[in-house]
Amino acid sequence: MRRFTWFNTVALTLGFAFLYLPMIILVVYSFNTSRLVTVWSGFSFRWYFELARNEAFLDAAWVTLRVAFVSSIIATVLGTMAAYILVRGGRFFGRTLFSGMIFAPLVMPEVITGLSLLLLFISIGMERGVFTVILAHTTFSMCFVSVVVSSRLATFDRAIEEAALDLGCTPLDAFKSVTLPIISPAVISGWLLAFTLSLDDLVIASFATGPSATTLPIKIFSSVRLGVDPQINALSTILIALVTIGVIIASLVTKRGIVRQRREERMALLT
Amino acid sequence: MGLPRRLLIVTPYLWLLILFLVPFGIVLKISLSDAALAIPPYAPQVRVADGWTAIVDFISQLDFENYVFLTEDDLYWKAYLSSLRIAVVSTILCLLVGYPIAYGMANAPEAWRPSLLMLVILPFWTSFLIRVYAWMGVLGKEGFLNQFLAWTGLIAEPLTLLNTNIAVYIGIVYTYFTFMVLPIYANLERLDGSLLEAAEDLGCSRLSAFWLVTVPLSKHGIIAGCLLVFIPVLGEFVIPELLGGSGTLMIGKILWEEFFSNRDWPVAGAVAIVLLLILIVPIILFQRNEQRRREAGQ
Repeated sequence: MRRFTWFNTVALTLGFAFLYLPMIILVVYSFNTSRLVTVWSGFSFRWYFELARNEAFLDAAWVTLRVAFVSSIIATVLGTMAAYILVRGGRFFGRTLFSGMIFAPLVMPEVITGLSLLLLFISIGMERGVFTVILAHTTFSMCFVSVVVSSRLATFDRAIEEAALDLGCTPLDAFKSVTLPIISPAVISGWLLAFTLSLDDLVIASFATGPSATTLPIKIFSSVRLGVDPQINALSTILIALVTIGVIIASLVTKRGIVRQRREERMALLT
Repeated sequence: MGLPRRLLIVTPYLWLLILFLVPFGIVLKISLSDAALAIPPYAPQVRVADGWTAIVDFISQLDFENYVFLTEDDLYWKAYLSSLRIAVVSTILCLLVGYPIAYGMANAPEAWRPSLLMLVILPFWTSFLIRVYAWMGVLGKEGFLNQFLAWTGLIAEPLTLLNTNIAVYIGIVYTYFTFMVLPIYANLERLDGSLLEAAEDLGCSRLSAFWLVTVPLSKHGIIAGCLLVFIPVLGEFVIPELLGGSGTLMIGKILWEEFFSNRDWPVAGAVAIVLLLILIVPIILFQRNEQRRREAGQ
């Protein structure tokens, strides 16, 4: 049985203080009346109202959501396919190259990925905008989806799939009725990851976009570059709240899923 | 091999070839071209339709001028060196901050661990940009930290922290140490406690048991964490741009400026290719280490 020793307690307390204090300060000052972000002069929702009237931010938020939604769905499909062929596909021509291409974008500095995609779009004469950002985001987030899904695929018992095949399922049927339900939690978390990566991305989007499409991170970056701005604090607070709620819901759902799975496994053993 | 299987392989394969590998070829090609006052701003251009002689002619016009230029201008190699230094120092700092947290989490009571893990991951899901921005408010001249230190009486004059390398280090450690904590935690959590007991029974002190047993057994986690921090930090752009000052030289920033401000695409391409060459060794090391980690896990 492991217990909290004083060292662990101190390490964790300091660690979490470091992690959360800057964010708490950011949130607190979003309710400040003064324009000066650092001087507290009373509680108000002023910056939230100004933000709600700020067309540029609202437009950018809408572009970002559209990009994140579309690119995360394509990335989830492609990433799951890639994971399946990496784990179950056996040997095929150029497998090493393929696994390298899945792997490299995970660690590649964003400036390089962004620059290379931009040069591609220009050399084939593609007009840059929402569509090219979707292509760019799909490309790097499918690799993250594939890593998440393949770790689940690698750990579950292949015999179940083979049993389905022996019992007369076509490979597609076996995938739909056996494999997919088992890996679905991983597919969902892969999708969530792809969605947040797309929401979050500044560098690659800056390279891949044109004047017609400004995403929220690009908008935030160009305003933050000039210094602190209470509207950005308000916007950050909203985003932090959304993410916190999302993560808590997701963890509750997976917890329930695990409990249900365990119950079903127990039932299967008993019958 | 059936048609569905082929489709399954070909779709993601082609996607990555076209949108990941081909673009690198284009960067390489442009880095060998010359800057020109045209749209797009580089020469020579090649038109495959013009036939073989045009292609040969095009290849003969490529040269390594931009790479030579990188070695001649102080700015570039200084930027590479300073990026390397910042990446190495911040990797060490991340390890110093991350290891105790991972250790504390792995040794916490089992019931606590999922919540602690969630607390570490939660900020990682919120926007990177926002996390960097949060420090602009903390580190500024009239920022929270200066106000706090002045209030405690530790300082009389506000410290200059924002727009210095110190701020860059703080920002990097803050945004990247999750990548250090998670692989180390994954390693430490699986660590067999009886090994430590055996070490202590055999006369090890707790500290030497830690150095002789725990650290070597979490080696793969440490390596993975260090590379996960080092590789992306080397090309980091946002943090030096927002928290760093004019004295902060980092190659990601140079590349961005070369491309967007100077519009010298061939030099930007050469900067990217050299950065990539520097990164090839750590990326391969990382992939090998991941393979070993996976084998150890099974």
